[in-house]
Amino acid sequence: MTPQRPPPPPRATGTLVLLAALAALVVASFASLPLQWSAFLAPEALGSAAEFLAGFTPPETGQAFLMKTAGALWETLAMSLVGTLLAVIGGMLLALPAAGRLGLALRGVTRVLLNILRSIPELVWAALLLVAAGLGPFAGTLALAAHTSGVLGRLFADALENVEPLPEASLRSNGATPTAAFLYATLPQALPQMLSYTLYRWENNIRAAAVLGVVGAGGLGQMLKYHLSLFQMQSAATVVIAMLLLVAAVDALSFALRRVLTR
Amino acid sequence: MAASLATPAHPDPAWRGRVSATLIGLLLLWPMLAASEFKPWLLFDPQSLAAAGHFLRDFLRPETNAEFLALVLRETWQTVAIATAGLSLALLGAIPATMVISESLSISRLGTGRMHPVAALVRQLLRWVLVLLRSVPELVWALLFVRIAGLGPTAGVLAIALAYSGMLAKVYAEILESSDAHALDSLLANGSGRIPGLLYGALPESSAELVSYTVYRWECAIRGSAVMGFVGAGGLGQRMEESTKMMAGGEVSTMLIMFVLLVALADLVSKLLRRRLG
Repeated sequence: MTPQRPPPPPRATGTLVLLAALAALVVASFASLPLQWSAFLAPEALGSAAEFLAGFTPPETGQAFLMKTAGALWETLAMSLVGTLLAVIGGMLLALPAAGRLGLALRGVTRVLLNILRSIPELVWAALLLVAAGLGPFAGTLALAAHTSGVLGRLFADALENVEPLPEASLRSNGATPTAAFLYATLPQALPQMLSYTLYRWENNIRAAAVLGVVGAGGLGQMLKYHLSLFQMQSAATVVIAMLLLVAAVDALSFALRRVLTR
Repeated sequence: MAASLATPAHPDPAWRGRVSATLIGLLLLWPMLAASEFKPWLLFDPQSLAAAGHFLRDFLRPETNAEFLALVLRETWQTVAIATAGLSLALLGAIPATMVISESLSISRLGTGRMHPVAALVRQLLRWVLVLLRSVPELVWALLFVRIAGLGPTAGVLAIALAYSGMLAKVYAEILESSDAHALDSLLANGSGRIPGLLYGALPESSAELVSYTVYRWECAIRGSAVMGFVGAGGLGQRMEESTKMMAGGEVSTMLIMFVLLVALADLVSKLLRRRLG
């Protein structure tokens, strides 16, 4: 008796159609973009690209310039920290209605507002806020705050909604005021989670603050844009290295912190 | 009970600690506020208030003339196309790089568990290159390529290709290394080559995860390509930047709405695709 073979798996036509659609999307993308391959693949272009890259070495290491870069680095850090703190305040203020504490209607409205704040990236916020706040780190700080308020507001609201409701209810039924009941029963339960979200967003914001300046919103990015537009490549190289160091330091620190906290 | 009635303590037993922590925090915050030029009163300066007010008023009336809408749609497609083309090029770099760096595809480690020193060196060098590719932010890549290739989508495509090939290769290798290596190991140990080993041993284990990460990255690339336009790398962002510079609030508002819709759509498509393929 020959062993019965299992039937072959059914062919998923849907998946094939999907793959064909993806392939079509890729082809259409390349076909519709006015890409200048010649600028890159021609031999003389390669030569000029090599020359361009060589222009970055050696990085500018003059004492005065390094001090200036350090100043921009500090400015970037300050932007990220102040932006995150503002976002914590804004996020908390928005999280209270978004967690349904002030009625269901307000919950819906605030959630929509949070979605809008969140779906506009920091850089776009920065470009828009330049109109009101002028060039400089303040616009960048506000941009970080606006985007992060949306993110943190949503996360805080979810954290507040998921908290055990009984402690607050028992404080309330024993005569505590609503504010006191919230502050001493609900908030302490959600606080560790909120703190870890905040630290995580701060980490993101340092990275974002480093590049935010390319639209003119202060920090390392603004310096990079400035020197690149003057074709001062060696200075630009120093700024890029400073950015890389900042990001690496943040990564290492957050890795170490997570290691300590989760052990 | 009697004692607490006699000396009415503060209701919060930890209030001293809280107050002093707040004060110290504020003290540390001060230089930060100074460095970030935190001057909220500037916002209420009559001149900037007038400019912002004008801009905001225009914002409430999104530009809807047909010609402009057609332009916005074209630019939106360009944003998607930049992301897709960039990601395809990134895959061209990332897949070979994954095959080189992933340790589970190493043949010399079979049996002894130790890689050939040359192989280990090549892996480590390529890993450092990938680290460099992905730690330079994509926006900085875009800025550099705009200097080489001029304004336009070429810079955006190249920036996404470089930054994402570093990211994809790293995560692909991690996925391959963390999945169950039994099938792959037996294939390799029985003399299969690295490519058949990858195709028949490793991919069936982890294809779902690989695909879903790629789709997620495509979604990120769409967001990234819209943002990269702000440094002149084509697409919706570039138009938005121009309109913002001209203080055309209505146009910016239309494009922002389009952008939010695009991101939501990409989010939705990515979720559907991941459920379908994952």
